[in-house]
Amino acid sequence: MAWYRRLGNVFRTERVNDELDSEFQFHLAETADRFVAEGLNEEEARRRAGLLLGNYSVQKERTRDMDVAGWLDALRADLGYALRQAKANPGFAAIAVLSLALGIGANTAIFQLLDAIRLRGLPVKDPSQLATVERSKNFYTAGWYASRNEAFSYAQMKALERHQHAFSDILTFWPTRFNLSTGGQSRYAEALVVSSNFFDVLGVTPVAGSAVLAKDDKVVCSSATAVLSYSFWQREFGGEMSAIGKTISLDGHRFPIGGVMPRSFFGVEPGHGFDVAVPLCVDNVFSKDGKGRAFNETAFWLTPMGRLKPGWTVERASADVRNQSPAIFRETLPAEYRAEGVKSYLANKFKAASASAGVSSIRRGYENPLWILLAITGSVLLIACANLANLLLARASAREREMAVRQAVGASRPRLLLQLLSESLLLAVAGAALGFTLAQILSRALIAFLNTADTRVEVPLGVDWNVFGFLAGWAVITCILFGLAPALRASGGEPVAAMRGARTATASRQRNGLRRMLVISQVALSLVLLIAALLFSRSLQKLLATNLGFDSRNVLLATVTTKGAGMENTDRRRQLFRDLDSRAASLGNVVSAAPILFTPFSGSGWNNSVHADSDAARAGGKEAWFNRVGPKYFATMGTPILAGRDVNDHDDLKAPKVALVNRAFAKRFFGGKNPVGRSFRVEADEGKPDSVYQIAGLVGDTKYNEFSEEQRCIAFLPLAQDDDPGDDRNFVIRARGSLGAVQSAFQHEVNALNPNLLVDFRVLDVQIQNSVLRERLMSNLSVVFGILAACLSTLGLYGVISYMVARRRTEIGIRVALGATRSNVYTLVARDAAIMVAIGLLAGFAVALVLSQYAESLLFELKARDPLTLVLAGSLLTITAGIATMLPARRAARLEPTTALREE
Amino acid sequence: MPSYLGNSNRPIMSKSKNDKLQGTLTLLVLRTLAARGPLHGYGMCAHVHSISDDLLQVEEGSLYPALHRMEQDGWISSKWEITEKGRKAKVYAITARGRKQLADEEASWARLTRGVSRVLQYS
Repeated sequence: MAWYRRLGNVFRTERVNDELDSEFQFHLAETADRFVAEGLNEEEARRRAGLLLGNYSVQKERTRDMDVAGWLDALRADLGYALRQAKANPGFAAIAVLSLALGIGANTAIFQLLDAIRLRGLPVKDPSQLATVERSKNFYTAGWYASRNEAFSYAQMKALERHQHAFSDILTFWPTRFNLSTGGQSRYAEALVVSSNFFDVLGVTPVAGSAVLAKDDKVVCSSATAVLSYSFWQREFGGEMSAIGKTISLDGHRFPIGGVMPRSFFGVEPGHGFDVAVPLCVDNVFSKDGKGRAFNETAFWLTPMGRLKPGWTVERASADVRNQSPAIFRETLPAEYRAEGVKSYLANKFKAASASAGVSSIRRGYENPLWILLAITGSVLLIACANLANLLLARASAREREMAVRQAVGASRPRLLLQLLSESLLLAVAGAALGFTLAQILSRALIAFLNTADTRVEVPLGVDWNVFGFLAGWAVITCILFGLAPALRASGGEPVAAMRGARTATASRQRNGLRRMLVISQVALSLVLLIAALLFSRSLQKLLATNLGFDSRNVLLATVTTKGAGMENTDRRRQLFRDLDSRAASLGNVVSAAPILFTPFSGSGWNNSVHADSDAARAGGKEAWFNRVGPKYFATMGTPILAGRDVNDHDDLKAPKVALVNRAFAKRFFGGKNPVGRSFRVEADEGKPDSVYQIAGLVGDTKYNEFSEEQRCIAFLPLAQDDDPGDDRNFVIRARGSLGAVQSAFQHEVNALNPNLLVDFRVLDVQIQNSVLRERLMSNLSVVFGILAACLSTLGLYGVISYMVARRRTEIGIRVALGATRSNVYTLVARDAAIMVAIGLLAGFAVALVLSQYAESLLFELKARDPLTLVLAGSLLTITAGIATMLPARRAARLEPTTALREE
Repeated sequence: MPSYLGNSNRPIMSKSKNDKLQGTLTLLVLRTLAARGPLHGYGMCAHVHSISDDLLQVEEGSLYPALHRMEQDGWISSKWEITEKGRKAKVYAITARGRKQLADEEASWARLTRGVSRVLQYS
């Protein structure tokens, strides 16, 4: 019989027993027959046969041991026992499983996100061979940026391909979004504009149709097909094969659908899925100049990813692209750069980095916060484990007699230990299983939190070996953490002492040492978490309390797009935008409305080098930021015009160029004097004359894109003085009452003008709140977990103090009988708690001081060792600990000596 | 008075060849099965008893654990049969691995007896 049959026999107890019985019965019957043949009567023969065989059940057991894997059999019995224990004590089991589930669930949820954006390889062929090329330190470019990733120009990518030796193939991609609808509300598809070798280099094959994006692999191609993601195919086409060959409208241009990618392929950016991919040789059809960005040396939009040749490492590849950098940048120097720009540009260096887990802007922004959150939730779990250990320790003392009896009748210590540990293991595994279920909900909630109107965050949350290992690891670790010490304690007692039922008058210190240690570490850990919670929430508070310079409440943002609406004539567009402006302002419940180029906190912007009129130098201007606005913008936003005038309808192309500047601008360029009437110069490209603007007004300082930005110098130019009115126009609309009503009214007005116009709405407050998404995430979660940690450790402290009081009833009774006052008793108990809390706080402060450096970069206007925060966290914990101690201490103080002593 | 083989106070867990009493029981069982063909436990007892002229008696309490262990080791195999008396009996047979083991055990038994008899003879 092989080993697996021994394992199998564990679960065939009945069968194995029956067979043994049959075998022994046969033996007995044959022996009895012999005795009968020798002349004994039947009954005596059977008795003698039995004697010869020996103790029947012992024989059976010894024989059975040969057939059954003993350890597994013991485990099965132990788990059965553990289940019965849990049934007998459902309260404890429920608390244990729930608190473990909460801890493990929160921890796993965060780990799953980290796994998805950081640890897991891309769902492509040999992801470990993939590497990306990035900017080295002091990388200089000036131009037009349009990617959430590190991006380069088409020319740079072509030069890189020619000069490098490390990669067998390099693909490039640009993540963007295209509008699917052809009128009314816009509806967006996440898109990848990719080099035609994209799917070949990745080694992904389509599940339907073909992945050929362009037939002719040229800079500009004549025919292009769109390739869909699996989920988009399901969503938009119901997974019908007939979708292949149909067309899809992207920003008003129709493309035939060529194929569908497999379900597992989400693209190359964890955190961002894609709906549709088109080749970048069709970029020209989306461009205004009809040529596309392949010909623009200062359009930085493409992110590269290459497959390393066999034998090449990322380090070697990095050295190679670095060595080739001078040649690459010499070849691709944009003609319009001025002298200093040229020098910096030629000094640029590339470097390579592993892309086995893809490239991800989500990872850049959230990896560190997630690791911190993982540490926080891990600490909460540890605190929960400490509580369970304390509960189990209390139970261990209650079960001392039971264990003593077991030992006395022959159970070995390892056997008892195993039995107790299997009980903990059952709880831990149940907790992990429930925690996993919880994690599925929590991680989806986290992702939902990260989703905004502008960034669709899609994280494939599959369960892989990483996650499974993480869960199993926690189950084992928690089981050992909370189960081992109590099990050692319970099985280690001297049977005689325990049987005697000896309870010393003063509970020994040594016996409670472990409990004290547990409480101390709980206090220390929860102090660290409280400090983290306070740091992150105060940092967020400070951010949100920043003066924006405008009133963001009740402002609706609308973006009207003319693409695909037959509005190619610039004058017609200008007229349309003017009409829309006046219609928006005259809507019911609208206070005022104005057009703007970049809405505040949109993430877009425009900067340039500026000289004051007094500055004669040709080069070396100072940085200023720009925006274009229409009349009444400042009134709409509630930003004061401090001097001069607002933009008005006469500031058009024929009038002299004017600008309104903010105070920071006035301070930097004009020494804080009233700048109205002065002028400034904006550096133009090499070979072009600088533009000069007359300052018409001075406005209050406003934030441009972020709460945390240094006050920027901003110049507001009139929208009507822009040579190119653009394809779309943003409006800020200040409303009275419901924004929803204003939204539908404006939508109606827009489509009354032209049914093919597309409108997008946003709420300014939401847009602003979304700019601090990460800070809100950190603050909200750290506060929740900080409070949870404090509650858990307060409970732990309360439990231990109560327990100690209960154990010391006799001692306290004697003390009171001998004349101790109530306050003496009170002090006795409280001192005990105070010492533990004090040690815990000291340890917590020490740990916090060491760890705080990791949080520093995520804090705004707050030092990680902020004294106020430390004091606040310390006192919060002291107060709750005080309350937790007071109750048992008062109970002890009220103890009647007679009752306490009578119990003995 | 027959000699008892096996030690009924101790469960037979060890496979050690140095445990001579244990080794002897294994040897007797394997040898019996090799000589007599498939046999049940009771048959083995009877066989050893009669062949050794009542000098050896297999202690029944040790036999069954030993049989089951040898089956786990793959030296013998078993199947259920109905005897002439109409009783259900578990019948054991030696396997190829069992024959190899038997050869080993016979050799080591021969060494042992030679050694012991020399000591008895010359000291």
